[in-house]
Amino acid sequence: MHMVLPDVALAAVGARGFGVYVHVPFCARRCGYCDFNTYTPAESGLRGGYIDALLGEAQRAALVLGGAGPPLVETVFFGGGTPTLLPAADLGRVLERLDRLWGLASDAEVTTEANPESVSPATLRALRAAGFTRLSVGMQSVAPHVLALLDRRHEPGQALAAVEAARAAGFDHVNLDLIYGTPGETPEDFAGSLAAAVNAGVDHVSAYALIIEEGTPLAARMARGEVPYPDDDVAADRYLAAEEALSAAGFSWYEVSNWARGVSGRCRHNLGYWRGADWWGFGAGAHSHLGGVRWWNVARPGDYRDRLARGLPVVAGSETLTEADRQVETVLLGVRLAEGLPAGALRGPAAAEAEAAVAEGLLDAGAWRVGRAVLTVRGRLLADAVVRRLLP
Amino acid sequence: MPDPDPAGAGARLPGHTEPASIRNFCIIAHIDHGKSTLADRMLQLTEVVDARKMRAQYLDRMDIERERGITIKSQAVRMPWRVRAGERAGTSVVLNMIDTPGHVDFTYEVSRSLAACEGAVLLVDAAQGIEAQTLANLYLAMENDLTIIPVLNKIDLPAAQPEKYADEVARLIGCDPADCLRVSGKTGDGVAHLLDEIVRQVQPPVGQVDDPVRAMIFDSVYDIYRGVVTYIRVIDGRISARDRIKMMSTGAVHELLELGVISPEPVKSGAIGVGEVGYLITGVKDVRQSRVGDTVTIAARPAATALGGYSDPRPMVYSGLYPIDGSEYPALRDALDRLKLNDAALSYEPETSAALGFGFRCGFLGLLHLEIIRERLEREFGLDLISTAPNVVYRVIMEDAEEIQVTNPSEYPTGKIARVFEPTVRATVLTPNDYVGAVMELCQGRRGQLLGMDYLSTDRVELRYTLPLGEIIYDFFDQLKSRTKGYASLDYESSGEQESDLVKVDILLHGEPVDAFSSIVHKEKAYAYGVTIAAKLRKLIPRQQFEVPIQAAIGSRIIARETIRAMRKDVLAKCYGGDITRKRKLLERQKEGKRRMKMVGRVEVPQEAFIAALSTSTTVDQGPKRRSG
Repeated sequence: MHMVLPDVALAAVGARGFGVYVHVPFCARRCGYCDFNTYTPAESGLRGGYIDALLGEAQRAALVLGGAGPPLVETVFFGGGTPTLLPAADLGRVLERLDRLWGLASDAEVTTEANPESVSPATLRALRAAGFTRLSVGMQSVAPHVLALLDRRHEPGQALAAVEAARAAGFDHVNLDLIYGTPGETPEDFAGSLAAAVNAGVDHVSAYALIIEEGTPLAARMARGEVPYPDDDVAADRYLAAEEALSAAGFSWYEVSNWARGVSGRCRHNLGYWRGADWWGFGAGAHSHLGGVRWWNVARPGDYRDRLARGLPVVAGSETLTEADRQVETVLLGVRLAEGLPAGALRGPAAAEAEAAVAEGLLDAGAWRVGRAVLTVRGRLLADAVVRRLLP
Repeated sequence: MPDPDPAGAGARLPGHTEPASIRNFCIIAHIDHGKSTLADRMLQLTEVVDARKMRAQYLDRMDIERERGITIKSQAVRMPWRVRAGERAGTSVVLNMIDTPGHVDFTYEVSRSLAACEGAVLLVDAAQGIEAQTLANLYLAMENDLTIIPVLNKIDLPAAQPEKYADEVARLIGCDPADCLRVSGKTGDGVAHLLDEIVRQVQPPVGQVDDPVRAMIFDSVYDIYRGVVTYIRVIDGRISARDRIKMMSTGAVHELLELGVISPEPVKSGAIGVGEVGYLITGVKDVRQSRVGDTVTIAARPAATALGGYSDPRPMVYSGLYPIDGSEYPALRDALDRLKLNDAALSYEPETSAALGFGFRCGFLGLLHLEIIRERLEREFGLDLISTAPNVVYRVIMEDAEEIQVTNPSEYPTGKIARVFEPTVRATVLTPNDYVGAVMELCQGRRGQLLGMDYLSTDRVELRYTLPLGEIIYDFFDQLKSRTKGYASLDYESSGEQESDLVKVDILLHGEPVDAFSSIVHKEKAYAYGVTIAAKLRKLIPRQQFEVPIQAAIGSRIIARETIRAMRKDVLAKCYGGDITRKRKLLERQKEGKRRMKMVGRVEVPQEAFIAALSTSTTVDQGPKRRSG
């Protein structure tokens, strides 16, 4: 029993690029702001059996894709959760299986997310040896009171130590995640975090405004009035500060929340999402996309494992994109990128709206003259408003 | 059918009843003092309704009236009665009970109902005493030389204080407290005696039997099956069912399709004579063709002069009514056309608002009238409506002597204005004396001029003020109730107009006037109004990509300003593989929401913001009784 993909999805698999996402839904502890699909040991005792389940799903994927000709895997991304809670050797088994089924490209980008407190120099060496090429570290902030409000367990210095160790272990590509706009964070706090990231020598920084997700402990604290809500104007100021500091340090934005040093620093896997590439997401709650079909797996690791063991489908839902849906996605994803959208992708009134957005300083006039819709800095802060205007 | 002649009034059929055997009376009472319940007891006692068919408040027809326990449209019921006690015991008479509207908005209809009677029962709740509206109608009845029979109702209530309120009533009408009858509409106690007293005290009607017919229309009701049913009181002559009638105000002639009396269901009759009360049907479909106050005569032998007292209903309060869903505009128009058939006082014309779209500017007799129409539109026609803050009619004289009637503040003239007149009312407030200070403060704050103050009893005071009508239609009643813990009652009647220092305050959003919020206010209150509305809108209108000033202005002079700061951030920070589906749907929903936005210049305003901004200022300041169960 496995899913059957329509021909439309299977046609030309690999021609759009092919990546693999692996979801590891475990955390030592849940952070107060997090609404990801992840489970603490108290919530799910499952750990060991999970890798076998992942391997089982990969086996099924190979059957489904079989006739379409297995593409080379160009990027792999282990996300979570905290993938590094699992032994490096286990993560390595997954990579081995992917290589055996489809072949990992020789220049494949293989990333794992890591929490500063969950990696040691030895772990990092093991990960590198297993084939990982890129590390993404959740630093969030160097301000202790900000980390405390976010419920993060690490000490401010641990993230930088992890970066140091990663480079020592042979990782050429390291990302630091930052969160800004946390209540109580001062402009100086955030400037300190930016400076630390720049000085750490990483080639990639992601900076996200704190989002208050419904149902999280932090949202509850705010609803009770214990913590003030984040302020959009503050978030805008922080974003501009990030843009300024990172530009000055030689980083360029390539997506609304992502900056890299040089083209080689960009995360190819994530670019795949924004450019409409194909990827298969393995693991509990993972999302996949193949040729206009999106689907997602059951969220709970126990369910996921049991269904695989009993030969049942693990897909919880799916959608087949219409031409109109694809058009919408092309616009909403493409506009977020520094490469922007080709003017030809804008149809009907959207082209006139783009002209107006150029006039209002939301789209870059120079880029528009050469046929691309690219956000200005102010436009990046209002990207959703721009997208709504450019939608067909 | 009930026995039509339980009192043995055999020969006293409609058209054949001696005026001397007729008594025409009405009941004047506050809305919850038990008038309808008392009327029900009378219907039972006179056996025109049998107990099986009896339902509470038999005479109140519309659902809304029934729910609120108030009577809007009057009706006349013919009840045969044989006097039970006293000198006239055994005498058979015909009683015509004419039900009067209880609310200030319908003062004109009240006055016509009173003009159809020779006597009035003044019904006062023995636990509450007289209320301002009752007092106003009492004065109206006394001016019409009606015989007043004071009656204390609800004497069965433990809280009843009949002695105290008998004193109060006696002082008002100049009688002996002992003359106040005591009844309980609920138990029926004292009701038969009251009927006997009506026969004894009220004068029989007087008219010229052989003169050309003159009958006064005191009510006119549209019925979907019968067309307009017109209620008349014959003053002179005799109308026969074969006559062609003529409306004296218009000269229009109609065939009579039906003539009859209400007892309390319609009963056809061949004729109606002097002093009698009945109905006629001509087949007209619009109450405007058969107007309250008009005189009916016979086409073949018309009267020379009409009865006095006729006047066209004049809207006093205007409001814009808009469908929340713009596609319901045709349905709103059809619904207003339907309601108009039964409501000669309702006026409306199409209006376009930049803020609210297509709607109608509607004229009403007053706030209750407005609320009733609005509620009927929503309930009976299933429409969702938004109404603009009610306003009165202003008479503006320009410097070139041109005169302009302003019924919509946004149409207030912009040129050189010489003088502005606003309608005024003579208001009566009855309040426990503990709250006199609070009431005076309120009235003075609303530009009231004290006319007089009297003690009705040791602890109840009547205050009389002249107030601008425009000050009363904005939350005055709510304020009065809250400042007096609900004890004060209010009545007012139109008392002409006064010249005032009025200005139009416009509300500008990013420099564009928002028509729905333009208001004509007294110069000294303009600033407060501007500040309040600007602050309210600032909270309700979402941030735009640019800074949006909200200004209140008199002409080109800005008197208040608020600023909606530009929205600087509108982007979801994270959009990875698993977020795409959700994000696509979110943006599509937002885009759909944007289509429902109203544009004021470049500013996108959700319609809900207008609704919320208007809703608090449209609370109708009357508190009709709500019945539980």
